[in-house]
Amino acid sequence: MAQILAPRTRAPDFTLPVTPDQKLSLQDLAGKPVIIAFYPADWSPVCGDQLALYNEVLPEFRKHGAELVAVSVDSVWCHAAYVQHRKLHFPLLSDFHPKGAVAMKFGAFRESEGVCERALFVLDKQGVVFWSHCSPIAVNPGADGILDALEKLDQENENVSTASRSHAG
Amino acid sequence: MSLLRVAVTPDDHIQGSITAPVIMVEYGDYECPFCGLAHPMVKRLQKRFGREMSLVFRHFPLATAHPHAESAAETAEFAGAHELFWQMHDGLFENQARLGLPLYLSLAKALKLSTDKLRTALETGLFAPTVRSNFIGGARSGVNGTPSFFINGRRYDGSFEFQDMVVAIDLALLEAKASLAPHLRGA
Repeated sequence: MAQILAPRTRAPDFTLPVTPDQKLSLQDLAGKPVIIAFYPADWSPVCGDQLALYNEVLPEFRKHGAELVAVSVDSVWCHAAYVQHRKLHFPLLSDFHPKGAVAMKFGAFRESEGVCERALFVLDKQGVVFWSHCSPIAVNPGADGILDALEKLDQENENVSTASRSHAG
Repeated sequence: MSLLRVAVTPDDHIQGSITAPVIMVEYGDYECPFCGLAHPMVKRLQKRFGREMSLVFRHFPLATAHPHAESAAETAEFAGAHELFWQMHDGLFENQARLGLPLYLSLAKALKLSTDKLRTALETGLFAPTVRSNFIGGARSGVNGTPSFFINGRRYDGSFEFQDMVVAIDLALLEAKASLAPHLRGA
């Protein structure tokens, strides 16, 4: 497995197409925790389950104010068909050209197969990696790691604001 | 290893005693074909282990992938509110190919439940919060697909073959007995 970006690393900014005429930058999501789910391919059964699961857990992610984006090397047209078919309510980004360039920056590209790793990142509001996890390609990592990370992130923010309040006092 | 984050309580749908040495929790979806296949196997396990294993069922509907999963889960909860959860549960799994309101109404009728009340419960989403709370508890426990089984709180990651599950449950039984045994051994 690739060496993915570790906690406390600043996530590299990127801009990727979401639809044939729409792009999304990491910067657009600044100020919110961001979940980035790299996955090998649209339509493959495990990804199906993983993204279907996140689709259902989405309201929970949003309770923490977090945004979810998923990234694979599939083209925008492929993503469009997949989103429609699976009724996904979060954006799928297309790391199609140059192939896997963004995944590489996160250490989440599988050179041997030319696809993304099944890698998860939770970024804090400042765009720094707070938690990351790489699963074996055929294993759906579930949502528990993400939810735990978001909860810890909330606690840390709470501690920081308490500390700054008491400092101010 | 994933652990069950939401402890089994008397509020759960449980077949068998809450003090049985082994409690198996299943997170399932009535429209999931794998859960449908697992259903008779789970029954065999219950027969095999008798009083030594209790079964808990919790809902984990992947509703956008399975359009009937949520309504089926709410129908089971409706029956559960009238102490007929397991009868409805079996009826739903045994008729998995026909999930939908006509089936729910006919199952309810066969169980002498009010079809009007069931209709209203589904329309108002009366049991939706219960189903959602099961789902979130499952997601927190690392449920990544259905069915997912937890045997005495630990996620079972093996195959859904009867014999493989027997081995895992036997092991949990041994552990449970060993942890209860010290006072018998005078330890």
